[in-house]
Amino acid sequence: MEKVSLTINGINVEVRKGSTLLEAAKKAGIRIPTLCHHPDLVPAGNCRLCVVEQKGAPFLLASCTTKAADGMEIETNTHRVREARRVILELLLAEHNADCISCPASGKCQLQSLAHEYFVQKTDFMNIADKSPIDDSSPSIVKDDSKCIRCLRCVRTCSELMGVSALVSAHKGRYTKVETLLDKPLQYAVCTMCGQCVSRCPTGALVEKNYVNDVWRAISDPEKFVVVQTAPSVRVGLGEMLNMAPGSIVTGKMATALRQLGFDAVLDTNFSADLTIMEEGHELLQRLTKALRDKEKISFPMMTSCCPAWVKFMEHEYPDQLEHISSCKSPQQMLGALIKTYYAQKRGIDPSKIVSVSIMPCTAKKFEASRLEMKSSGYTDVDYVLTTRELGHMIRQSGIWFDELEESTFDSPMGEGTGAAVIFGASGGVMEAALRTVYEVVTGREVPFENLNITPLRGTDGVRAASIRIDKPLPDWSFLEGVEVNVAIAHGLANARKLMDDVEKGLSPYHFIEVMACPNGCIGGGGQPMPTSPEIRRKRTAAIYEADSKLPRRKSHENSEVLALYKDFLTEPLGHRSHELLHTHYTKRDDLP
Amino acid sequence: MTKDDVAEVIKTHGTERTNLLPVLQDVAATHRFLTEEDLVRVARAFKISAAEVYSVASFYSLLETQPRGRFVIRVCRTISCSMSGKGNILTKLKEILGIDLGETTPDKRFSLLETNCMGWCAEGPSMLINDTVYSHLTPEKVVEIIKEYRER
Repeated sequence: MEKVSLTINGINVEVRKGSTLLEAAKKAGIRIPTLCHHPDLVPAGNCRLCVVEQKGAPFLLASCTTKAADGMEIETNTHRVREARRVILELLLAEHNADCISCPASGKCQLQSLAHEYFVQKTDFMNIADKSPIDDSSPSIVKDDSKCIRCLRCVRTCSELMGVSALVSAHKGRYTKVETLLDKPLQYAVCTMCGQCVSRCPTGALVEKNYVNDVWRAISDPEKFVVVQTAPSVRVGLGEMLNMAPGSIVTGKMATALRQLGFDAVLDTNFSADLTIMEEGHELLQRLTKALRDKEKISFPMMTSCCPAWVKFMEHEYPDQLEHISSCKSPQQMLGALIKTYYAQKRGIDPSKIVSVSIMPCTAKKFEASRLEMKSSGYTDVDYVLTTRELGHMIRQSGIWFDELEESTFDSPMGEGTGAAVIFGASGGVMEAALRTVYEVVTGREVPFENLNITPLRGTDGVRAASIRIDKPLPDWSFLEGVEVNVAIAHGLANARKLMDDVEKGLSPYHFIEVMACPNGCIGGGGQPMPTSPEIRRKRTAAIYEADSKLPRRKSHENSEVLALYKDFLTEPLGHRSHELLHTHYTKRDDLP
Repeated sequence: MTKDDVAEVIKTHGTERTNLLPVLQDVAATHRFLTEEDLVRVARAFKISAAEVYSVASFYSLLETQPRGRFVIRVCRTISCSMSGKGNILTKLKEILGIDLGETTPDKRFSLLETNCMGWCAEGPSMLINDTVYSHLTPEKVVEIIKEYRER
């Protein structure tokens, strides 16, 4: 590989040809401030904050887009550079509503911290911040254009990672504004509510809709019984909100903290992740039976349904392909439906007194909970959805010393989860969990992989495929003898689109596809702590698999509480009651008005 | 434009990304603006999001995405016209039309907008009414011009 060598602040550094000055500086251990740059996105070079000085060059260079070249002598911290950065910050602040005290992004706003770093106090420039009203029409995301500095990270995220382009750069020059189609409120846009834009917004222009005060109010109401559930990936993300390193597993401390916050019951979405595998695994087997044994015309591939952003994406973009999506509700909604039925009965609580809260790595889950069909318990199945970040806030507000907490376990019933459920948090995990169960149901043997780790399904490639051969099935499943079950995994909706093009043409070779909207799955969700980067997500993913490996039970069909639920209440997977409470249907969201 | 008309325009130009602008110009020609349906239909044919089509359309002053009056007045907002008295022109127009920037008269005859440089800097202030350029404007000249359009 060809290399180039240069000096940065007098330090010799050698980098791969094609590297940017920013990358070279990082290698030399020198930090250059950035704003429009993001490690997940193609460099845009539009904020100019990362300017550096090259010896002999008449003007400053944007280090995020300038390629390193042999013999360059770069200085990153001269008077000229510092002054340029300070003026750039002043200009950015001139188009920004610096309402820092009441801004939801205060404390994590990159513009705020850089302004502080460069001692920007009062700008002489006239303020031209946008004056359009705040758009809080969406149940998930709040858009405040007065805070937008037009770095276009959100626009690039929505296009490059998500392949959705709900947010675009509209108009031009000083009138440039991030807008949806015809500047419609987000609620009416072709937006999946994934929140990836929120995770990458350097200011408070895009933030999640905050329900913390609603939850505090419910907790303080003595009439209410407040139940909380926590998604698999929250336990490997929450620590980052509380000064812990990425990849810290905080399951036990989180359960203790939730009790101290005042929740009356602390349940685990992992329980219903296992339940999802039971329902969805049997749905896959039912589809295979109809296709291979009964020779019915069945649409393959079946596709997972646990990711609400993916489901909404399909409803908008592929409204004629909805039969591919499993009819299973997501784990959040399955648990929601059971909390106000099975759980209420079992604990003798009036379901109308229950307030059901879920902690999710996700902003789209807020939207999912608000879907009109999610009332199968007779009440709103999930009342409030908080992101990992919002829970982090509640813990900070409450004055709990998180790292000193004793560990505790979830309440019973509906607090038990297996390793197969934990890995729902990482891309490929739902598929792995499903195969661990389905293979064993069909053959009576464990999946033929060391320690149950189906490693071909793991990894970071945007689209991954694998096949698993069924040998010597049990007599009931003899028609599956020798069948290669082809599966695929995609994360990032732009990658899902690649698989969907074949599905739409009827050319997809797969039986079962897992899609997670966010990069690397829920551990990279739009509700997880900020910042996000490939490196941080790698650590969270490693933590997910570590959590799986440490659990005594690692197959969904061995979850004793799930088995008890079937025995006492549901009878069998895909049974009558399951259909009523745990399955759903989808809506075509045709955008032609 | 009807669904079929849009399809016809797209067939004429093709769906390469570079053809997006000519397609939008032709589609907009009928009603002088692009409807939401137009944007969505073009987006589907080009296999891009409707918001992206809107992004392109919104960049160009002459590609409207909302209905306007029969005569669209576009006053140059760029610096040389500003320095040669564009402010007075705009004030006069607002006064005689009784509308503000971005608005349309109730009889749907006139819309008042600003536009970027039209290349008539030496003869500013200048404005466009539909496709006709008017330069060396004075408030008195503006009154005459509008009077003439009122009678059309």
